[in-house]
Amino acid sequence: MGIFKDVFTFRKFGNNMNIVVLLKQVPDTTAKISVSSGAVDQDSVTKWSMSPYDEYALEAALKLKNITNGSLIALTCGPARSSKMLTDAAAVGADNLIHIVHEGYLDSMQIQSLLTAAIVKLDGEVILCGKQAADTNSGSTGPGISELLEAGCVTHVTEVSFEDGEFSAVRLSSSGSEKVVISSPCVFAFDKGLNELRRPNVRGIMMAKKKEIISFSPEDLGISISDSKVQIISHAPPAEKAPGKKYEGASSIQTVIAKLRDEANVI
Amino acid sequence: MLTIIAESSGNTLHVVTSQLVTVARKIDEDIQIICPAGIGSEVAATLSGVTRVTSLLGESFNYFDGRAWADSINSAISEKTTTIIAPATPQGREVAAMIAAKRKIPIIQDAIALESGIEVTRAIYSGKAIERVSAPQECVITVRPNVYESVAEGNSAPINIVNFSSDVRISIKEAIAKASKRLDVSEADIIISGGRGMGSIDNFSELESIADMLDAAVGASRAVVDEWGMSHSMQVGQTGKTVTPSLYIAVGISGAIQHLAGMRSSKYIVAINKDPDAPIFNVADYGIVSSWEEALPVLREELSKL
Repeated sequence: MGIFKDVFTFRKFGNNMNIVVLLKQVPDTTAKISVSSGAVDQDSVTKWSMSPYDEYALEAALKLKNITNGSLIALTCGPARSSKMLTDAAAVGADNLIHIVHEGYLDSMQIQSLLTAAIVKLDGEVILCGKQAADTNSGSTGPGISELLEAGCVTHVTEVSFEDGEFSAVRLSSSGSEKVVISSPCVFAFDKGLNELRRPNVRGIMMAKKKEIISFSPEDLGISISDSKVQIISHAPPAEKAPGKKYEGASSIQTVIAKLRDEANVI
Repeated sequence: MLTIIAESSGNTLHVVTSQLVTVARKIDEDIQIICPAGIGSEVAATLSGVTRVTSLLGESFNYFDGRAWADSINSAISEKTTTIIAPATPQGREVAAMIAAKRKIPIIQDAIALESGIEVTRAIYSGKAIERVSAPQECVITVRPNVYESVAEGNSAPINIVNFSSDVRISIKEAIAKASKRLDVSEADIIISGGRGMGSIDNFSELESIADMLDAAVGASRAVVDEWGMSHSMQVGQTGKTVTPSLYIAVGISGAIQHLAGMRSSKYIVAINKDPDAPIFNVADYGIVSSWEEALPVLREELSKL
């Protein structure tokens, strides 16, 4: 019953659209990653943060919310610790916080089905996310859910706007950038944008603490998580290179150039 | 059967396509290459081990709309195909993810090694750790460019021309050209990058003049991109580009963990830094303890002798 009540909360009023931003909590990029007995030791991570590209998506989503007078829903799928990140998103202006709680590994199909089911339930019209998460570095989620939602998809986006019932976005291309136009439903996967995430003010932080986080289990969303067909065999630290040679002073450049030419064959 | 999605570069086949054939041959003997917009199909047919080439035409290939491309490409994948391989380039990764979602099969992005079975090795946490996973035969895998050699040419596989246009959702209003005509760091075989040690943005012209001699791209650390307002497209590191050139020359870059994550798998690394304790020296094959002011003129002179 509870779920049906929640769904009702997200019904649109008038023309105001539901903007969904997908966020993921990852080890901070300054954090050291250590591997013990063949697996990354999550407990040794000293600081968890919002994935950097998701921050750009969130900032753009906040701007879009102002332009459209819509509702901004922050959605994450991950373990219990991720809820702090949703509160951080509320502190800068996210209206609704949704947490699909799941501990442990999810493969690309599982994560995409969970997020898609939640977006459908939330009646999300435009979805913003980072181009890839700083932990898996995959970048499959945005394009994958656009397929499942039968929505359009623009990736490597640096800014997005809304005018005359259409979205316009700037995306990076091999020859520079392009301004593109697309209608909803659509997914925007963000690259590093022009605007850093705004800082919360004290009032925002206080309000955010009181904001309710609605939790869904995979079962609530009608998805059963069975064993993945993709199995992690092991994690390892990156291969250590043989120690290089260190020379003193600019005069050593002649030697280095000779080695690059004759031994390494790269120039 | 295994299907490779080809990558083009302008009007020719991108070299990564040939590298994908090397990988594909570890997994399957029957290999289809699909060339979107038909680009490079004749060269693709010469690649050793390829059994058939599909030259896929259609208006939806006039510009990039991932959903439209994925629809068309998916329709051209052989019914016998189990494994699909694409390059881990921006477009390749997007289309691959969509095709995997469409087929409800797993996707594994940016493999740096692949064995039959299927076992995939990939970097996670931007290279701070390496992950090995096992995947089912029926899956999509993207492979990082430049980790495998190209295959030999001399084959003449049959080319099948297919027309399939899909619904396009994106329209392009305006193309904005890059401010710089320089080679992109993700395309270059040699990169020379500068960091805060360069003192100011003006001194990057010193790096550019050396880049011109080597046909290299100019890269930058996050610190200077953020503080000096340089183009983000130059940024190498965890929130910038991950690069694997044959030669990476780091000048005045101390080697923050985020920067190392983006360049440590370069084949050869040269570091020039006046601080002998800079962490960049831990990953450098050749470290030169010197200021850039002293080192770069010598470097230029030595390169001019080559």
